[in-house]
Amino acid sequence: MSGIPHDHYKPKTGFEKWLHSRLPIVGLLYDTLMIPTPKNLNWMWIWGIVLTFCLALQIVTGVVLAMHYTPNTHLAFASVEHIRRDVNGGYMLAYLHANGASLFFLAVYLHIFRGLYYGSYKSPREVTWIIGMLIYLLMMGTAFMGYVLPWGQMSFWGATVITGLFGAIPGIGPSIQTWLLGGPAVENATLNRFFSLHYLLPFVIAGLVAVHIWAFHTTGNNNPTGVEVRRGSKEEAAKDTVPFWPYYVIKDLFALAVILAIFFAIVGFMPNFLGEPDNYIEANPLMTPAHIVPEWYFLPFYAILRAFTSDVWVVQIAHFVSFGIIDAKFFGVIAMFGAILVMALAPWLDTSSVRSGKYRPSFKWWFWILVVDFVVLMWAGSQGPDALNGWMPAISLLASAYWFFYFLILLPLLGVVERPAKLPATIEEDFDAHYPAVDHSEPAE
Amino acid sequence: MIRKIALTAALSVLALAAPFALTASETGQVALSATETSHADAQAAADQNTGHAESHVTDVAFPFEGPFGVYDRNQLQRGLQVYTEVCSACHGLKYVPIRTLGDRGGPELPTKQVRAYAANLAPVDDPDTGESRDRKAADFFPKSGDPQAPDLSLMAKARKGFSGPYGLGINQLIHGIGGPEYIYSILTDFTGKTKEQAGKTFYQNSAFPGGWIAMPPPLQNGQVEFADGSPNDVAHMAKDVSAFLMWTAEPKLDARKKTGFLAVIFLGVLAALLYLTNKKLWAPLKRKQTRL
Repeated sequence: MSGIPHDHYKPKTGFEKWLHSRLPIVGLLYDTLMIPTPKNLNWMWIWGIVLTFCLALQIVTGVVLAMHYTPNTHLAFASVEHIRRDVNGGYMLAYLHANGASLFFLAVYLHIFRGLYYGSYKSPREVTWIIGMLIYLLMMGTAFMGYVLPWGQMSFWGATVITGLFGAIPGIGPSIQTWLLGGPAVENATLNRFFSLHYLLPFVIAGLVAVHIWAFHTTGNNNPTGVEVRRGSKEEAAKDTVPFWPYYVIKDLFALAVILAIFFAIVGFMPNFLGEPDNYIEANPLMTPAHIVPEWYFLPFYAILRAFTSDVWVVQIAHFVSFGIIDAKFFGVIAMFGAILVMALAPWLDTSSVRSGKYRPSFKWWFWILVVDFVVLMWAGSQGPDALNGWMPAISLLASAYWFFYFLILLPLLGVVERPAKLPATIEEDFDAHYPAVDHSEPAE
Repeated sequence: MIRKIALTAALSVLALAAPFALTASETGQVALSATETSHADAQAAADQNTGHAESHVTDVAFPFEGPFGVYDRNQLQRGLQVYTEVCSACHGLKYVPIRTLGDRGGPELPTKQVRAYAANLAPVDDPDTGESRDRKAADFFPKSGDPQAPDLSLMAKARKGFSGPYGLGINQLIHGIGGPEYIYSILTDFTGKTKEQAGKTFYQNSAFPGGWIAMPPPLQNGQVEFADGSPNDVAHMAKDVSAFLMWTAEPKLDARKKTGFLAVIFLGVLAALLYLTNKKLWAPLKRKQTRL
């Protein structure tokens, strides 16, 4: 395995040698924990640990919740109430799991935007990026199916709307939708398969997380300068890096403790703040809520889905060119998945030779507009049908357009026209510029 | 002193939580009308009144609000009495086990009273034998007697009183989600006007989205006599029963806040220690002096 040169594990005692020649697991753990890490990482590099913790939290709370939950349309809602009321610690479990999903997505968005700003997706880290995108897609699928399980009004109608998206695919759509649902509509078969998959997918995610970590442990971490660690020799590499343990373990744990303090304050004092009151009403297939709205973490992409209505010229052209196969609904579905696809293709769309946005004077501005754009899309996605007559459709469309403009036009173009600022020669130079050497020479008498 | 520190800690934590408000998915009027269209009657009324009437929810200072708020046992007992004597005629509490009336942090009725209360309720079909028998403390409250009347077990969490502005969720952050306030406002904000529609009577209510509700004004001044002589005008009874319905929706609120508080304190101390450890650890690399 390539990587940054560093000291590897050497078994010392007889037992260690015996085990190492049979299963080098201690060596693997040692090398993983002691991996040389750029010493100039800033606070945006903590989200990996937060995400790993979130996955563990969701699996642990989820496994216990599954012990008491009943995946049956007649019993599911009552079984969740039973958990909240009667199960030991159940009053925390369900809220930890629901708000844990929110923390998970908050962290993943900050992690992704960190990568977008510092160019972490660029060569040689494309595989890390692609695996990350797969994890994000699986997270969305898992969260969506998990939201259906409490079998509230929003669970049921959210499932109806989202599986309906697949029905928009021309020709095979309705068959796919029936196959996903296990029947013509959201019913007991749907709830059962969603429960099964909601339990399965987190373990697939865990596997992908291991591969994600493996990939960036092979290439080495990116860092705020985007300058690579020197690999000529162990000594040279040591000037740019510190071992992950203890330096980043302690730093990351500190950040995690602060974030969890806020998280527990929300779970303890305002656990329903991010939720939807409608989901405390048992699912009723005969009564449609006037405003079906996804959880906050899906809103930006939900806004893109809704932005492309039949009066938009791009949609009309697509409709005309495809001989009417692509209608507004299908176009919206393509746009929503396309929005994630263009993000996944960022490593090949970005033509700049400089990784970090810190040294790209115009990129910086476009990047921060993208962040604002994301928040605007989130807001637009939350608006109900009453807002459809106002400015909301125009804002959604503009914000959706910027998302694609950024990835498809700006990233290729900026690399050509932009003149980047001067990069530090090494990570050590950058670090020393922040923490200049203290003059220890004795003052003259 | 401890209380003061705790308050500061909680406040700073809430201040840090403020950015979450920006990502909240709630919207104002729209979502309110969404929850209410589950009333078939309201739907009919809303169709008639094109354009939603502005519903107005009053902010009530309940004792269970804020990070340190807990239920007032006496208020919950009065609320239970109002529910039993008035609301239970039509509305059920099918998710609430009767035994929980004796639980800590709730109305805390003595065991004998809980049993007596259960026996006074409508008989239940035994889940094992299928035969009708007296209700026991281990059973649930009955479900709604009137099929048009929604179950109230979770009503205080299934409605929101505050939202916005512009879908930003800032009002919920300041005032809370406002489910109990919504119930209070529904009970107190009847204007006295009625109208006939499709053979049914609707009552004008300024808190109800759409403005016309199928439920007649349920409370009259002096309707319920409290043993402790507490005021029994409509506003006080509405407040007591709203508090009781918050308890039926969230019976473990006290325990949850206590757990949350302990977790925040623990993590706060842990974070402080890790901060100092981290500072000392990195000091030689950053060429800084530490006093530790």
